[in-house]
Amino acid sequence: MSVQVFAFYLFAITCISGGLFTVISRNPVHSVLWLILSFLSAAGLFVLLGAEFVAMLLIIVYVGAVAVLFLFVVMMLDVDFAELKAEMARYMPLALLIGVVILMQLAMALGVWETAEGVALADRPDAIAGGGEHNTDALGRVLYDKYFLLFQLAGLILLVAMVGAIVLTLRHRTYVKRQDVLAQMYRDPATALELKDIKPGQGL
Amino acid sequence: MEDILREYLPILVFLAIAIALGIVLILAAVIVAPKDGDPEKLSAYECGFNAFDDARMKFDVRFYLVSILFIIFDLEIAFLFPWAVAFGDLSDVAFWSMMVFLVVLTAGFAYEWKKGAMDWE
Repeated sequence: MSVQVFAFYLFAITCISGGLFTVISRNPVHSVLWLILSFLSAAGLFVLLGAEFVAMLLIIVYVGAVAVLFLFVVMMLDVDFAELKAEMARYMPLALLIGVVILMQLAMALGVWETAEGVALADRPDAIAGGGEHNTDALGRVLYDKYFLLFQLAGLILLVAMVGAIVLTLRHRTYVKRQDVLAQMYRDPATALELKDIKPGQGL
Repeated sequence: MEDILREYLPILVFLAIAIALGIVLILAAVIVAPKDGDPEKLSAYECGFNAFDDARMKFDVRFYLVSILFIIFDLEIAFLFPWAVAFGDLSDVAFWSMMVFLVVLTAGFAYEWKKGAMDWE
């Protein structure tokens, strides 16, 4: 068995068992950690396919950022998980129904699976994209002019996500007292202090 | 195909060493370390008094905002990468499409700055 085949089975098994444990582990924080393992082995599979750029993107974006976001959500939910487990039996039929539907869809998708014309299965992404010494180069040659519209749409989606996150979560706290360094620096003793000459026995 | 995978072989070796080392250290702790647990020793330590609360607590939604904004600029960098690598062979359209992309995101950045989303009060 060559190293390549061994690595494929290693990553594939890790990926699937990571996904399985994501679903069945009791602690949601552990679920997220299993999900990270799953992402990492998927990145390994992408490297085996020759899609280096996608693999590195998976690690940087999904493992580095999205998984952290999942952790935040899990921490922020503050759900009583014991109670949630008890309620699970009620929703089990619905969950099973959805599971069956998704399984059917996957089966249908696999049933009509066809490789696009002119693409050999063993081709690397740069061969498909046409030219370029490696993946990232090949992507760079086609992404920005051939797929101009999709690229700009991606930019607009990012903009909407940014504005949406700010609108939804930003609350200015007016009751918080903050230190205003500039105001402190521009404070002038001449205006801040006032000397009064008080006569004895008269008071202010 | 083969040569590119050969370049990744050292990473696979490193990965194997790292996993093996992790397993060895955990197993060594399980096997070698003396275990003499009692309830006091195993309970959460909180400076001498009984623990107030669960470790799981709600925290401020502003952390979430920071990480969402981080992801967005992370993705922007991801789009910049292939552009920078293929820079020498780019057409004018490709160059200016990236400029438009950057202007769109910079508008978002200006909005974010103006709204004070990056200030921590």
